[in-house]
Amino acid sequence: MSQEVTKEFNIDTVDNAAGTPNVELPWAELGLKDNEFAEIIKILGRRPTAAELAMYSVMWSEHCSYKSTKNHLRQFGDKVTEEMKKDLMVGIGENAGVTDLGDGWAVTFKIESHNSPSFVEPHQGAATGIGGIVRDIISMGARPIAVMDPLRFGAIDHPDSQRVVHGVVSGIGSYGNSLGLPNIGGETVFDPIYQGNPLVNALAVGALRHEDLRLANASGVGNKVVLFGARTGGDGIGGASVLASESFDDTKPSKRPAVQVGDPFAEKVLIECCLDLFKASLVEGIQDLGAAGISCATSELASNGEGGMRVELTDVLLRDPTLTPGEILMSESQERMMAVVTPENVAAFEAVMAKYSVEYSWLGEVTDTNRLIITWDGEVIVDVDPKTVAHDGPVYDRPYARPSWQDALQADTFKSSEAGANLPATGEELKAAVLELIASPNMCDKSWITRQYDRYVGGNTALASPDDAGVVRIDEETGLGVAIATDANGRYTYLDPYLGAQLALAESYRNVATSGAIPAAVSDCLNYGSPEDPDVMWQLAEGIRGLSDACKVLGVPVTGGNVSLYNQTGTTAIHPTPVVATLGKLDDVARRTPSGWREEADGQAIYLIGETFDELDGSEFANLRGHLGGLPPKVDLEVEKELGAILINASRDGMVDAAHDLSEGGLAAALSEMVLRYGVGARVALDDIKKRDGVDSFTALFSESQSRALVAVPRSEEVRFNDMTGARGVTVARLGIVDAESNALEVQGEFTVSVEDLRAAHEGTMEKYFG
Amino acid sequence: MSTELPLIGDYSTPTSELSGARIGVVTFPGTLDDRDAARAVRAAGAEAVPLWHADTELQDVDAVVIPGGFSYGDYLRAGAISRFAPMMSKIVDAANSEAKLPVLGICNGFQILTESHLLPGSMIKNDHLKFLCRDQLLRVENNQTAWTNGYEAGQEITIVLKNQDGQYVADEKTLDMLEAENRVAFSYVGWNPNGSRRSIAGISNAAGNVVGLMPHPEHAIEAGFGPDHRGTDGLTFFTSVLTHLVGGKK
Repeated sequence: MSQEVTKEFNIDTVDNAAGTPNVELPWAELGLKDNEFAEIIKILGRRPTAAELAMYSVMWSEHCSYKSTKNHLRQFGDKVTEEMKKDLMVGIGENAGVTDLGDGWAVTFKIESHNSPSFVEPHQGAATGIGGIVRDIISMGARPIAVMDPLRFGAIDHPDSQRVVHGVVSGIGSYGNSLGLPNIGGETVFDPIYQGNPLVNALAVGALRHEDLRLANASGVGNKVVLFGARTGGDGIGGASVLASESFDDTKPSKRPAVQVGDPFAEKVLIECCLDLFKASLVEGIQDLGAAGISCATSELASNGEGGMRVELTDVLLRDPTLTPGEILMSESQERMMAVVTPENVAAFEAVMAKYSVEYSWLGEVTDTNRLIITWDGEVIVDVDPKTVAHDGPVYDRPYARPSWQDALQADTFKSSEAGANLPATGEELKAAVLELIASPNMCDKSWITRQYDRYVGGNTALASPDDAGVVRIDEETGLGVAIATDANGRYTYLDPYLGAQLALAESYRNVATSGAIPAAVSDCLNYGSPEDPDVMWQLAEGIRGLSDACKVLGVPVTGGNVSLYNQTGTTAIHPTPVVATLGKLDDVARRTPSGWREEADGQAIYLIGETFDELDGSEFANLRGHLGGLPPKVDLEVEKELGAILINASRDGMVDAAHDLSEGGLAAALSEMVLRYGVGARVALDDIKKRDGVDSFTALFSESQSRALVAVPRSEEVRFNDMTGARGVTVARLGIVDAESNALEVQGEFTVSVEDLRAAHEGTMEKYFG
Repeated sequence: MSTELPLIGDYSTPTSELSGARIGVVTFPGTLDDRDAARAVRAAGAEAVPLWHADTELQDVDAVVIPGGFSYGDYLRAGAISRFAPMMSKIVDAANSEAKLPVLGICNGFQILTESHLLPGSMIKNDHLKFLCRDQLLRVENNQTAWTNGYEAGQEITIVLKNQDGQYVADEKTLDMLEAENRVAFSYVGWNPNGSRRSIAGISNAAGNVVGLMPHPEHAIEAGFGPDHRGTDGLTFFTSVLTHLVGGKK
């Protein structure tokens, strides 16, 4: 393992920096503000070397330092009660949170953004998004078991959506499929607001035995530091500081070189190799290399451990020997890991590397000097307190204020608008509206995407898209497993940032409960515009406040996540989009509830749980009419919790054979989707809910009132089901029955639509645009 | 009208009289479905023996499954590098020997078997150019092989199809020969999902001990985790080989 490294740079050593205080440095180009550069000089007592500047610039970037949000994100920790901490093994701050599942099992999951790279280079951007989040999961000592992808694109008919959608889907597919990880769900939303800023979020989940838990710290003076996996190349240099921390602007040069290039084969080998290392307890601490590469790994490992580390940078194996020390420190080359190994385990570690033909190089060792010292061919080019790089970055209290336009927006309700004045009312009009809804870009069948992903690999997938939550078995003996759902509604959050974030949590919580799982933990990916805009900063502050309040009521802690800012084109920010992933626990995945009924459910009763209000503002139907204004549906988290309890108990006690939550598109969408899940019809009537809730047929079908679900109850279970919901004081209505003979969805007194027509409307849209 | 039919959850794996059989499951760098294949072997009642690509010992296994995945990242060409693995030369020798070791190649395993010349033809990119994962209907064309003797001839089964390079191609002479010698083991029913010549999903060698196919029987062995969350049509592959090993014939 030898290499020719170009060592003859004009190396900017620490001594040189001390002696040449007035050298011009490109700090502004690297994304640092003047106050931040001044702070670095103050910390070091001299100007930084070129290598130190590179490290600080990436680690103090918005992406890595959370400098605009730190003061707000604190609420996620502050609002966690002792009860919520009960099953929490690792909380926010590590690579991913870890939750106890019982029986010695634990689960770790996290959602992250890879938005900007996926716009610049959709295929590689999306692929490396999967790669990065999967390495976070491995870093905790876990075997990754599934991935999910919530996606938001621009208008479905915009020419650039062809490039972005094809690229992103093929990127996620080619990388995830090659890792052997089932893709069990996600969401796909089209809205022109995301045209220049598509959101590509990636979630990974892993399972581990308690004793396999690993953390990112470099402990034990004299222990060796090793870098292994792929070689370091020139890709992704400055990705975190330049791409993820700035708005796109037509006047700047192309940023393509800042996107990393992935090699899923290398990652798959790395996964198996790391699991062997964990099994044999060969590493003391481990950290994946993602944003900010070696800068991040060395400074975080050192500052989380004994406090010091010494590293020789010319020992890094390179793909491109002309890289400068600063570039090596900043490179975001994929499929690399850094570990800390005791001297006695070095030989065993090398044997594992040899088994998998993985390249590695020993870079240095852990010290107790509280200094991170990086040398280049023996000369010191970095000499810093690692905490100042990794943890003591700048923190900003960005000004924020309720936008001046918010009141007018909220006053502009759908029904008072021109579009909302002329609503479908007759049976024929309602039928046409249902077909229009389920064919629309957001509500249409997304199997054009999901069939490009492997949902079967591993043999443990019990539910996957289009079911409400993805469900994966962890323990084959007992059937223990987890359910995960991701949700967000950018329109709701735009109308009311506080409620919108709560609605995102409510929906993902509901989806998990609908599958029969008990919600246990939350990971969030907060996608917003520029924090330097007080309007956006207000949306962000309100979103974090709303989400953390809601987590407390529902009793589910946020265990980790990611903030993605500067998602805006010019001065137009995306809708605030807090994507919330809820993870739930199933003692036996055999009890999970699918989202539709099969033929043998013929005659089962269909119940709607929950009340329907006149809530169409921000709805999919209003969106189809081009209207966005008013207030989002209200959310009563206590009712949501009660609904969850009913769905979980009904699943556990075998009272329901199918369940589906009501969300975007309301009852019309939920009924259509349940019928289409297995192509089995139903006969329902709206009379009871119209009378009880005082709504008309249109509102009954298209309102997006929260805390509702549809369930199919076997006749033999109806008494028990009604007793349970009655005892809990939850409103239910018996809408009708599953009708396997009819091959149609009949809404009595309104319209009948054949399964065939529903299917044709639902399934044609993606093919029409994407082939 | 039963509402009691379990949608999921029969974890009891069928046990076989032949639980002494040892079936090897090969792992290459980039193999993905090895644990699934091992589970299928166990579900059929045999012992799954892990075989590492770089090893040279077949460990006295009675049969071998080469599972799916992207061995060596499909670099160069799917299966092109794996065929040179030390374990593969052992398997090729054993399959061609008088003992005629039963070998099943699934997906990437099928690609490796064609690259190793145990089976004729080759796989190229799907005609629609995309990865495709779906529940696939197949017809059992030949139930006289080591891996299909438990099926009825002409039986239609649903197992999982998932691949990027699944289009089976061969020259016309080879295709004619495969059909004439009854060596087409499986065909796609209805829509041809990848443009395979003559809708061929899987083939066997002349002796019937080596079978390769693109779809995945190992993902259809347990109720609740297979096609449409209930299909178990794939299990018969693994029980068939056990029948074959004791010389049982249908």
